[in-house]
Amino acid sequence: MHELSIAQNIIDIVGRYVPPAEQERVRKVTVRLGALAGVVPDSLAFCFTAIIHHTPLANAVMEMEHVPFTVACRSCNRTSATEPGIVLCPLCGSRDTEIMSGTELQVVSLEVDEPTPGAL
Amino acid sequence: MSIITIERKVLEKNDEVARQNRALFADHGIFVLNMVSSPGAGKTSILERTLEELRDKLSIAVIEGDVQTDLDALRVAKYNVPAVQIVTSGGCHLEANLVREAISNLALDSIDLLIIENVGNLVCPSNYDLGEAMKVVVASTTEGDDKPLKYPAMFRNSSVLIINKIDLIPYIPCDLGVLKDNALRINPSLTVFEVSCTKKLGITPWCEWLLENTRQKPAS
Repeated sequence: MHELSIAQNIIDIVGRYVPPAEQERVRKVTVRLGALAGVVPDSLAFCFTAIIHHTPLANAVMEMEHVPFTVACRSCNRTSATEPGIVLCPLCGSRDTEIMSGTELQVVSLEVDEPTPGAL
Repeated sequence: MSIITIERKVLEKNDEVARQNRALFADHGIFVLNMVSSPGAGKTSILERTLEELRDKLSIAVIEGDVQTDLDALRVAKYNVPAVQIVTSGGCHLEANLVREAISNLALDSIDLLIIENVGNLVCPSNYDLGEAMKVVVASTTEGDDKPLKYPAMFRNSSVLIINKIDLIPYIPCDLGVLKDNALRINPSLTVFEVSCTKKLGITPWCEWLLENTRQKPAS
């Protein structure tokens, strides 16, 4: 249940780019979630919606980019997707691998309407 | 319509406070462990055995994280070491700012080793850097030998694995070899210790390792 804290952190980051008074312009918040980030997508979506309810950000939707867990093998020089967290190379069984993706927990971008001309 | 590119880590605020904590610990030459496990694996019991063995050799302080009560801080205080309780009141993990507040209650200049006992939870604490030198994950044999596969992030992010309750192996369906192998599949660089806190088995190798690492104060 740390998704509430994660959702709040995402909204705090949005606030650094678009001040709260102007957040009605925010259409979409894109986040990137690795398979090993330890975040439950449904739970994060629920918490995000709960926090923005009745705020200027209420018009925004959150879009999630899901990133698979992949390891690069130094023995056979191939990169493969594996079960999240399993760092054995699925092709040759070597333990000499490096995690290439799957631990991401990032705010990627915002999609915003242009400010209304003449508006304060 | 326009796109604002951000590309920032969601937990960058926590990471920044963790960096400040880490710098503070380095300034005072304190070796800091973040102990994590599921509830009941034996973090506090390991802490008690560790304090028994090392309190005359090192100056140790403890931060206890729990959802409710100061029972753990009271257990630890019996060993005459400074202990600060953080009650998260429902929060499932410690964050770097909670640790920053807690250490304001400690005389940092006189501490060699600070052990932070996180909230019992194998999921959430793995995301939150507290400024520690390393995470120590405790897995008890009664939880089953498949635990590392079910909670890979925590085993991945830890440097040390302590397997507790090894005295119960004869009575339960847990294969110690399988448990270790599963953990090493997730994180081949784990240093593994096998202990029983109730029978006081395996405590000395762990404490010797801890003593050596605290005295070296490796760069964090």
